Amino acid sequence: MNRRRLGSYLAVIVFAVPFLLPFYLLIRNALMSRRELGSLDWHWWPETVTFQGFADAFGNEAVPLAHALWNSTLIAAISAPLSTLLASMAGYALARIPVAASKPAFFFIIATMMVPGAATFIPTFVVVGSLGGVNTMWGLIVPGLFSAFAVLLFRGFYLRFPRELEDAGRVDGLGYLGLYGRLALPNSGALFASLGILSFIEHWNAFLWPLVIGQDPEYWTVQVALSTNLNQQAVNLPALFAGALVAILPLVALFLIAQRWIVRGVLLTGIKG
Amino acid sequence: MTTAAPPRPATGRPRRAPGRRAARWPAWRAFLLLTLPMVAGLFLFKYVAIGWGFLLSFNDARGTIALGDWNGLENYRRLLGDPAFTRSLVTILLFTLFIVPVTFALALGLAVLVNRLRGGRAFFRTTFFIPAAVSYVVGALVWKMSLFSGTPSGVANSLAYLLGYEESIGWVATVDPPLYWIVLVTVRLWLQTGFYMILFLAGIQQIPAQLYEAARVDGAESEARLFRHITWPMLRNTSVAVVLLLIINAFQAFDEFYNILASNLSGLGGADGRTPLIYLFQTALGEQNYGAGSAGAFVVTVLIVVFTLLQGRFAGFGRSEEEG
Repeated sequence: MNRRRLGSYLAVIVFAVPFLLPFYLLIRNALMSRRELGSLDWHWWPETVTFQGFADAFGNEAVPLAHALWNSTLIAAISAPLSTLLASMAGYALARIPVAASKPAFFFIIATMMVPGAATFIPTFVVVGSLGGVNTMWGLIVPGLFSAFAVLLFRGFYLRFPRELEDAGRVDGLGYLGLYGRLALPNSGALFASLGILSFIEHWNAFLWPLVIGQDPEYWTVQVALSTNLNQQAVNLPALFAGALVAILPLVALFLIAQRWIVRGVLLTGIKG
Repeated sequence: MTTAAPPRPATGRPRRAPGRRAARWPAWRAFLLLTLPMVAGLFLFKYVAIGWGFLLSFNDARGTIALGDWNGLENYRRLLGDPAFTRSLVTILLFTLFIVPVTFALALGLAVLVNRLRGGRAFFRTTFFIPAAVSYVVGALVWKMSLFSGTPSGVANSLAYLLGYEESIGWVATVDPPLYWIVLVTVRLWLQTGFYMILFLAGIQQIPAQLYEAARVDGAESEARLFRHITWPMLRNTSVAVVLLLIINAFQAFDEFYNILASNLSGLGGADGRTPLIYLFQTALGEQNYGAGSAGAFVVTVLIVVFTLLQGRFAGFGRSEEEG
């Protein structure tokens, strides 16, 4: 019995090393000097720890990293709560308001789930482009706000919402909007948090759509800025890794702090996918 | 009938006749207010977009997104006649056929392993899960510029050196044998395995412990038999969902291919590492050929839908066998 457990620990450690190695490389490379990182020898740790990479990353005028970070923050911070709110509104109406249009509206919404997201980037670009959305903040944000999948999850949640609570609210004179705003929404905090955090991660890490829409450097997100640096002719390696480290720190922190909600969200969106 | 009908017993339902008519408009108004943003957004960015794209795919739309220059099936003919496009379809097919089973096995194996631990379970779960926080761009950067960089100080080359290889290997640039493939596959494994491990872990933890106890009483002692007869069948629904998600995600590969290979495409004998989405990106945004780009979007969409339907079909057969 004990030997088996020892075996499990050995195996899990063997797998853990390659999973942690890339994080180690990110940190090590960001803290090395250009000369040392460019040298041909392997170093476990920089001889002299330097923050020059960070200074270079933020000092590069051709690729405005600070501005890109600001764009990404803005996009994710607006998209996550707003897309979750829109989904919860629709989910509540579909679950709880008995009108004849409920079923057709539901099918109208979930039918969009059959079309894979990334394969629609050209049609969506055509629409957003014709509306003048290229190189605009709204072009980056608005098309990503509508998740049929989140509607499905919220609808399921509100279908199980206790009737007694709503009856009590009705006695107090609340209409449907009041029931949603005063009762249903405040009581869906857990689902809201799980899906909101996942949405934040998704928008922060998005690459294809920002690459398509934010063509002007002023509208680059942090992922587009990193990619631009990566594909340049002469690469300043420590600066590249310093920028990447800055780009993942907010999300790694979020993961460590809010892990419970993230796992819940993964299970919800993963299983039902 | 002369006697008056007895009064109907009061039911739990809200009173019908007068109340319903009065409640109608407020209910409709609330329904519209709450669903309209979502319905309008999906209408514009999915339905209109797809409809327009579909029409555009039958137009000669170069440098324009306007309809009107009808050219029938010319875009589709051009696309399917372009070896670069058909090669990109082969590329993504091979990629999917490889990455789906490997990620599946690795995620399931890690879930079983982590579940078996007593102490430190949370630590290892986090270790495997945290790459899911990293973007594909950053993953591509670490893989291309550090782990699998062509210089002697790259991690893979340092390991190769320890194993006796004197020459440093240019991983991304080597097409024959296709070493760049190792770079592409491992980065995706690192980025996505933890996500699916979490799904399996939750599935395993929902299996009632009594099942295992009963099996042990019946004489099933070995770990492998318990897995085969209890864990695996009980994870059926999770497995189907995981395979479905893996297929959809594999077909839409773009980020890591673009960032690892984009600047090296010429060095890779043309379009070897291009996925369909990269091909379409270059067609639509590089050449500004929106007609051909739209046609390609539909070819890819149809492929994904067919593949996921096929997968559902196979999973469905499995179920009927089990139940029958």
